[in-house]
Formats: sequence, structure tokens, C-alpha cells
Amino acid sequence: MNTEPLRRKLLASARAHAPSDCVPYAFEKRIMARLGHREIPDVWAAWGALLWRAVAPCFALMLMAGIGSFVMSPSSEDLGNQLDAVLLADLDVAGDAP
Amino acid sequence: MPPVPPTPDPAPSGIPVPYEGLADDALVRRVITGENDCFEELIRRHQPRVFATARRYARREDEVQDIVQEVFLKAFERLPGFRFEAPFEHWLMRITIRTCYDFLRAHQRTRESSFTDLSREEEDWLERYKAEPDSADERAEAARSLVQRLMDTLSPEFRLVIQLLEIEERSVKEIHQVTGWSIPLIKVRAFRARAAMRRAIARMKPEKYL
Repeated sequence: MNTEPLRRKLLASARAHAPSDCVPYAFEKRIMARLGHREIPDVWAAWGALLWRAVAPCFALMLMAGIGSFVMSPSSEDLGNQLDAVLLADLDVAGDAP
Repeated sequence: MPPVPPTPDPAPSGIPVPYEGLADDALVRRVITGENDCFEELIRRHQPRVFATARRYARREDEVQDIVQEVFLKAFERLPGFRFEAPFEHWLMRITIRTCYDFLRAHQRTRESSFTDLSREEEDWLERYKAEPDSADERAEAARSLVQRLMDTLSPEFRLVIQLLEIEERSVKEIHQVTGWSIPLIKVRAFRARAAMRRAIARMKPEKYL
């Protein structure tokens, strides 16, 4: 059974029947009403707004961390001794060697 | 006396159309910078083609209008992504065809159609075709409704590929650009879609008409 000729005939019929391009009256007005005063979404502006919103919490965190480290840190003299010990540890080891 | 520049044709409301002389790209740029009124002119220019395309996929007029509305709302939201490399119309038609494809997929289950309940006119057309294939008029309404029934039996992918490749006679490359499908995938789908159409025709009382 060869169905191909009928298939081709029906497709030719579909080509012969181009759909109408008529438009309902003032259809563009309807779409514009749906759009209203909607702005085109600006991705960079949204990102910028998020960053600005994050400024205050980040600044507060930075302040808290700074205060915390200042209060809990050892005295500057201890810090200097510790730094010396670390830097000179290698030399001490070399000096002890026979 | 200097020549008087032509005045723009008035809109249906009687107000002159201010953006009529502007090219599509210029209108798009204005919409992106916030002049939303320019989008109305873009809709006015391109809606006939969008309507004609939507009518190829949806039968009911309210469905067609929903598709067209969705196309223009999507286009408005995606305008910042328009790169001015291809004409605006091509970009818009890509959105249109993808929206129509989404529509077909969403309405897939409600589109079960039977090829056994043919109308009197459709049966007459098929009988004429059987008696003398050349005498069956391709432009007859019965032929158009038979095609519609046949297309309704296909899956959205098959229907889209047959519509674009065989009815609108677009090239495989064009279909690739419009749908985003790879070229081998389009060829495979076209092959399977043709086979599915032949199977659907074979279910249509073949002993009577073929």
C-alpha cells in the first residue's frame, strides 16, 4: 500500500491554504495595556542594587571582626617575640648542628 | 517653494503615527532606553506575520491571540538581549516559532484526533482522489481539514518539523536557526515524522481510499 502520493497531495493542500494574517482591531493596544508601565528588566541594575544592599551588613561584619581581633589579640610585645622566634628558628637549628 | 515633507498617515484614532519612518533597529534602541511607546509600532508592523504563523499551530482564535500576546510579551522582556546582528523580524519569528512549539507541547494530550470519523466532505474528497488523483482539488476545504486531522495525530516535534520543512519549505539550516535543534536531529525527526504521517494515513480506511 503506497500512502506517499496521498501524503504529498495533502501537504500540497496545506501549502495552498496559507493562513490568514488578519489582526483583531487594536490588538497592539491590548498588548501595550498588558505591558503597562513595565520596565525592561536590567540585569546589571539588579546586581548593582543587590551589592548596595549588602554594603551595610558587610561593613558591620568588618567592624565586628576588627574589634574582636583587637580585643582578643596578644600584646604587641608578645607578637614581636613570637615573630622573632619563627623567623630565627631555622638559624637556631643550624647553629645547634655539630 | 521648498518641497513639503509628506505627513505621516494617521492612526485609526486620528493621531499621527510618530515612529512610522523609523527602522526596526532604531525603534528597538528607543524601547531599550525606556521609550515603551515605540514597542507599539513594532507590534503594529509585525503582528500580521506573527498571527499567520500562530494560526498554523492553533485552531481556535482565542488560542491564536494568546500565542501572539505571549510572543510580544516575551519579545519585550528579551529586547536587551537583541544583538542587532540579524533583522528584528527574524529574531521575532524565532520567538514566535518557539512559543508555538511550547503551545503544541502544552496541548499535546488534548489533541487526540481520530482519522476514522471523517466528515461527508472529507470522504467525498478522498473518493475523488481514489478515482482520479489529479482531479482532487488541493485547494478544497475538505483537503485542508484532512491535513489538519493528519497534523493533529503527530507529536509536537514531528508536527513542527513537517510544518517548517514540508509546508513552509524552509531549509534544514533555517530550521536549525529557528529551533536550535542540531542538523542531524532535524534530519532524523523529519524522517520519522514522514513515517508517522504515512502510518496515520494507513489507518484511514486504506482499503477504501488507496
